[in-house]
This record gives sequence, C-alpha cells and structure tokens, in this order.
Amino acid sequence: MNLKILRTLPREKAFYFFTSIGNYTGESATSLKEFTDKISEVNVKSLEFHFYRGDFEKWTAEVLEDKELAEQIGTLRKMSPIGENLKNGLHHILIRRYSRLRSTL
Amino acid sequence: MKFKNNTVALDSTDLRILNVLQENARQTYTAIGKSLGIAHSTVYDRIKRMERHGIIKEYTAVIDTEKTGAKNIIAIMTIFTDPKESDKVAKKLCQAPQILEVYTSLSEELLIIAKVVAENQESLHEFIARSVAPLPGVLRIRTSMITKKFKETRFSIANNPRQLTFIKEKSNK
Repeated sequence: MNLKILRTLPREKAFYFFTSIGNYTGESATSLKEFTDKISEVNVKSLEFHFYRGDFEKWTAEVLEDKELAEQIGTLRKMSPIGENLKNGLHHILIRRYSRLRSTL
Repeated sequence: MKFKNNTVALDSTDLRILNVLQENARQTYTAIGKSLGIAHSTVYDRIKRMERHGIIKEYTAVIDTEKTGAKNIIAIMTIFTDPKESDKVAKKLCQAPQILEVYTSLSEELLIIAKVVAENQESLHEFIARSVAPLPGVLRIRTSMITKKFKETRFSIANNPRQLTFIKEKSNK
C-alpha cells in the first residue's frame, strides 16, 4: 500500500497548480515526492486557491489513494491558515507523511 | 478560376452576391438578382460555382443562446506553449466540443487563443485542469471569463473595407 502511494502517476492524473479558475501556473506534480517539493515552490495564491476548494484533499484521497494524508490536510483546513502559515503547515504535513512512508519500505 | 494558393478569383458580382447572402441567406435567386440588378440565372450560376469551390461553406442558423435559456459561460483561454508542440496542442483542442474557436498567435511567445464554453465556472475549471493543462507542450494558461458582450459578428465581405469600397463603387456605376 505504501509503495502504491509513492508511485509516479501518469501525466493526466498529475496535480496541476492553478491560481484561480482556469489560470494554470505551469507547475504540476505526478508523485507525493514531487507534490511535497512543489508545495514549497509554488505561489501562495495557488496554495490558497486549491486548499480552500478542497482540491488537495480530493487529489491525495482519490488519485494518490492516501486517505490518511487527506485527513491530515482536512484537519489543517479547519485551522484556516493563510499565506506562509499555510505553506509551512502543508509542507510540514507532507514531509512528515513522505518520510514515514519511505521508512516503512 | 482557381489559383495555386487555393484561392479563387472573384469579381465584383461575386462579392456583391456574397454580401447579400451574408445579410440573409434565405433569399431566393430572383430576390438577390432583383436587388443587384442581375438575372436570377446569373445569381444561380455564381452561387453554385462558389459552393463548388468551397467559398460558400455552408448555410447555417445563427442562434441567440441567451434567448434559449442556456446559462453557459464563455471564456477566452490564452495558452502559452512550447513552439514545437503548438500545432499538436491546437489540433487536440479542436477535438473538444467545449472549444468553439482556436487560433495561434505570435507575440513575444507563441500563443494559442481559444474560446471555450462551459456550464459554469466549476465545469470550466475541470475541463481546463483535466483536458488542457495535461497536454504535452502546455506551459501555462491564462483564462478570462466573458462578462458582457458588446458586439459579435462573423467576418463578412462587408467587414472588409477594401472589398466593401470595391462593391460600393461597382454598385454606383
């Protein structure tokens, strides 16, 4: 299961970062590792756009198939972080999750 | 007469007929002939010739979608692309029923400009995120939603100032 979560997805299942409806930044992620890296690189505006639409939870649960990670992101959402707090919060959750999954392989 | 670059030579009578047809394509040959002062058989021959050569592509109905109750949204996408992949992206876009028009444009970067229709903002976003952003060669996308329409006409003979002058000059003689 952990190996499955860490797999690289095909291009059409990647997460595509937008800043608003229809405005694609050019950044995408095809794996949990790449997603973790991109979270600290992309514009905070893009993070806020997706975070409050529930896009990160949806993608991690339905595409990456990591329900535990989706729940952790959902918990963060209840705290309504914005800006750098959001970026740091997300990055912290993702790094921790990625490290845990890697260590169990 | 057909030229090498796939164009067809048109004289002022052809242009005047096209102009009249673009205003109302349901007119009879007789009515067109009468308004232009030429025989209906001439109108018939010219129209058939222009249909044969593909100058007249089709006769269609222009529908006011707002009056049909459809609440669609229209947006203009500007797609920045890798020049090597641009044609492939444009052709792929043409296959999507949501895409109404596709153009390429060269400014500082090679762009594709496409007009897209969607039921609502969410379906517009879903379409762009799932079907446009993943296309190889797409670098980034800017989308503007149209909020109010001030003018919409299709290109016609009457929109082309040089040809219009030509038609008017011939009509006055």
